[in-house]
Amino acid sequence: MKELFIILISLLSLSIFIVPKKMQYFLMLISQIILMLFSGYFAFLAFNGNQTIQIKLFSILGNDVNIIADSLSAFFIFVINLTVFTGSLYAYGYLKPYRDVKTKTEMAWHYFNFLLLHISMLMVVVLREGISFLFFWELMSVSTFFLILFDSESQENKKAGIKFLIQMHIAFFILIATFLIISLKTNQSIGFDSLTAYFNTFPVFPLFLMFFIGFGIKAGFIPLHTWLPHAHPAAPSHISGVMSGVMIKMGIYGILRVITYIHTNLLSIGVLILIISIYSGIIGVIIAIVQHDFKKLLAYHSIENIGIIGIGIGFGVIGIAVNNPILACLGFAGGLLHILNHSLFKSLLFYSAGSVYQQTHTRNIEQLGGLGKKMPATALFFLIGAAAISGLPPFNGFISEFLIYGGLFKSLSNNNFIFTFTLLSGIIALVIIGGLAVFCFTKVFSIIFLGNARSKDTEKASEVKKIMLLPKLIITLVIVFIGFFPFLILKPLSILTGTFIENTSFLFNIEGIMTNISITVGILVVLIAILWFIKKQFYKKQSKTIETTWGCGYTGANPAVHQYTATSYANYIVRKAKYIVGVKKHFKPIEKDDIFPEKTEFETHSSDVFEEKTILKPVNKILNFLEKIAVFQTGNIQHYLLYALFFIFLISILTILKII
Amino acid sequence: MGISIILIIITALLFPGIVTFAKTKIVGRKGPKIIQPIYDLFKLFKKRNVYSQTSGIIFQIAPIIYFATVFLAAFFIPIGNYKAIISFNGDFVLFAYLLGFGRFMMILAAMDTGSGFEGMGANREAFYSLLAEPAFFIIFSSVALMTGHTSFYDIFNNLHIETALSYFVAALSIYILFWVSMVENSRMPVDDPKTHLELTMVHEVMVLDHSGFELALIQLAGGLKFAIFGTLIYNFILPIQNNFLANLILFPIVILIYALLVAVSESYKARNKMQKNAQWIITLSAISIVVFLSVLIITEKIIF
Repeated sequence: MKELFIILISLLSLSIFIVPKKMQYFLMLISQIILMLFSGYFAFLAFNGNQTIQIKLFSILGNDVNIIADSLSAFFIFVINLTVFTGSLYAYGYLKPYRDVKTKTEMAWHYFNFLLLHISMLMVVVLREGISFLFFWELMSVSTFFLILFDSESQENKKAGIKFLIQMHIAFFILIATFLIISLKTNQSIGFDSLTAYFNTFPVFPLFLMFFIGFGIKAGFIPLHTWLPHAHPAAPSHISGVMSGVMIKMGIYGILRVITYIHTNLLSIGVLILIISIYSGIIGVIIAIVQHDFKKLLAYHSIENIGIIGIGIGFGVIGIAVNNPILACLGFAGGLLHILNHSLFKSLLFYSAGSVYQQTHTRNIEQLGGLGKKMPATALFFLIGAAAISGLPPFNGFISEFLIYGGLFKSLSNNNFIFTFTLLSGIIALVIIGGLAVFCFTKVFSIIFLGNARSKDTEKASEVKKIMLLPKLIITLVIVFIGFFPFLILKPLSILTGTFIENTSFLFNIEGIMTNISITVGILVVLIAILWFIKKQFYKKQSKTIETTWGCGYTGANPAVHQYTATSYANYIVRKAKYIVGVKKHFKPIEKDDIFPEKTEFETHSSDVFEEKTILKPVNKILNFLEKIAVFQTGNIQHYLLYALFFIFLISILTILKII
Repeated sequence: MGISIILIIITALLFPGIVTFAKTKIVGRKGPKIIQPIYDLFKLFKKRNVYSQTSGIIFQIAPIIYFATVFLAAFFIPIGNYKAIISFNGDFVLFAYLLGFGRFMMILAAMDTGSGFEGMGANREAFYSLLAEPAFFIIFSSVALMTGHTSFYDIFNNLHIETALSYFVAALSIYILFWVSMVENSRMPVDDPKTHLELTMVHEVMVLDHSGFELALIQLAGGLKFAIFGTLIYNFILPIQNNFLANLILFPIVILIYALLVAVSESYKARNKMQKNAQWIITLSAISIVVFLSVLIITEKIIF
């Protein structure tokens, strides 16, 4: 059975290269649906029975490679399948212009890699054996690399892809090293299962730190995030959605999987996760506000949301450590739910942003404006995504944040004061992140979709095809479902949280609260509907007047210029957080004695301070050093022979002196 | 149960009139009648809608959502022992986020007109509210810590422990809530509702293009916000009154004092320089940390 399945999938995926261009997409979709059904079936079994499913695949080096699916794997399989499904539905419309330009092989390569990404992500969450896990982990990075390079005509995209590949391999080597250390110290095979033995005898924290760095580069915690804001804009939008929605969550999965093996010294681990997460959350959203490239902006929001997920998980771990079941339960529940929520609204936002890009061919929000009238459905979906990511009711982002808040407030009153302060800092961090997210998304939504057009780029824009709206509709339905009926997701959440803590009964105690939230948002919708109806009745007879916008009585201004811009909107944050966002001005002022001043330009751009400090500066230093060394490279064959002679001479001296 | 919401609605209708009346008395003029704002509302409801040609559907639906969220937020507030209509553990989080959702829509509505002035106002509103939010949350974290409860009703029911420090906590909380309410309603010293220059406004400039039904809803929501914060302050000041009559007498008195304080502070205080507003609002959060520290001392988590 399983051999048959593997052969079937391999044949299907390889035949993408053979079939005619029109069929390629459908072949990929069919393969993905088969994969989804198959993995979904096992995920369902694992989740429903709350048991661990185990299937033997094959053996390497005498070790059995088993597919092991517990409820945590099942949850991730669900998230992966949902996002990949909407992603490939969206790809059909999004890739249409590319299909006319690109060759058959190029398209096939893209589809093939998309399939590989799907397979590798599914395998990563079900494998415990080290070598096969690392193999699929690597396959995931490589396939993503080729997916990012789809638009490789531009130099910038190539650079982003290579940046991604290098950083992923740094992470990969750290992971290999970590697994090897475990294997050597415990004399067991490479894999997660030897973690139990290791953590029983050796110090937990250093090894966890290595795992955290290895997986954290994938997840994009600050300061390990520097590949993320380059790779997301470079990738085509359906890939950005999948990358931000699930691919970076594989890092979170890795961290969560490691946590399941740790039973001692949890406090320091929780505090580590918490500090890095709060840091990522706040700094991620602050840098996001300054961005003008909307896909880069969304990429920084991924970092922010990874921060929120981390805050939940961090408090969950701290909760276990200090033996506070309420905090542990709600922290994990909130963090895990936010993984699902973020995959939903972030893919929705990326797909909507992709539609905007497809219609206007620009990612610079300063060139856009007034698209709400031309693309109303896309605008609505983007608005829902924006409200959800800002954590506003009645959408799903609020529910996961509320769970974390609930855990924090509930635990405030019965602990010592350093602990209380930690909880308070979590509350303040969530509040600030929420406020800044509102600030950022009011900016990006209003500059893209509201007001007047700012350039000619928007002239030809029109609503995208219905087939491209379908995946967004599916996501929106899930978002609204979670937002309106949060009490229905408590049972699955409690099974999921059961992976980490034994007693999840507290989640059922808050069923009443969730029902109340549900009722409240229900009333809100009814209230809005009633008011809208009253207004319609009020103004049935009266005609409404259309006038120009109030401009102090002056109506002659160019409507495009008279608007507020994204730069000015972000200015408050730029001024208050100048050390984080690092905005640089390029301006050649007009000299006093310039009688006939020439045309001059003013340009500002923001740079990621962390990228500069952690990547660019050291790399530049190394480059400078290497350039100095390059004096030896004279191009003269005599010199090179001399070097060889020196080397032989040196070796003989050292041998004579018995140094080597 | 319904009594609290009725009292809040009555307060919301009368409050702006009281403030305006008091302000005119302070400067020695003959002011409009106290119920003049209600007349204005009726007038607005009768008026025709004028829409900007740039604006779209968001501009029209945002005031409705704004009013709905503020009105729904009023359902969360208890008065004395009259329980709020909606009350559950952690309700103040939903309360704050509901107000946030309304604000989100109003900011979008202002940006929808494509006006530079309204963009400026929207930008300031977004920035100031994000700075003021932590103060509110720290206050309620403190009282949640002090009482061990996490819903408005339970918190207020258990708030009044008779120690000197608890009076201090209550007084500081009221001080902060008062100024947070001024920021939320865009009054002095952050914003001057009397001003006539678009460049210096915050809230007023956001609603420049709204008219008729929608403007009426926005103004009503403004009154409701004052009423909500007034009621919160009332709950902070007084121990729970089990007596219906006591509530009915004490509540108007506290609201009246609150209105007078608003009027006095608006008459005698100069508006902040725009640049200084951020600092001023952050100071509120800093003071609320003091509240939190005092609560830690009361609950004997920090012992001197």
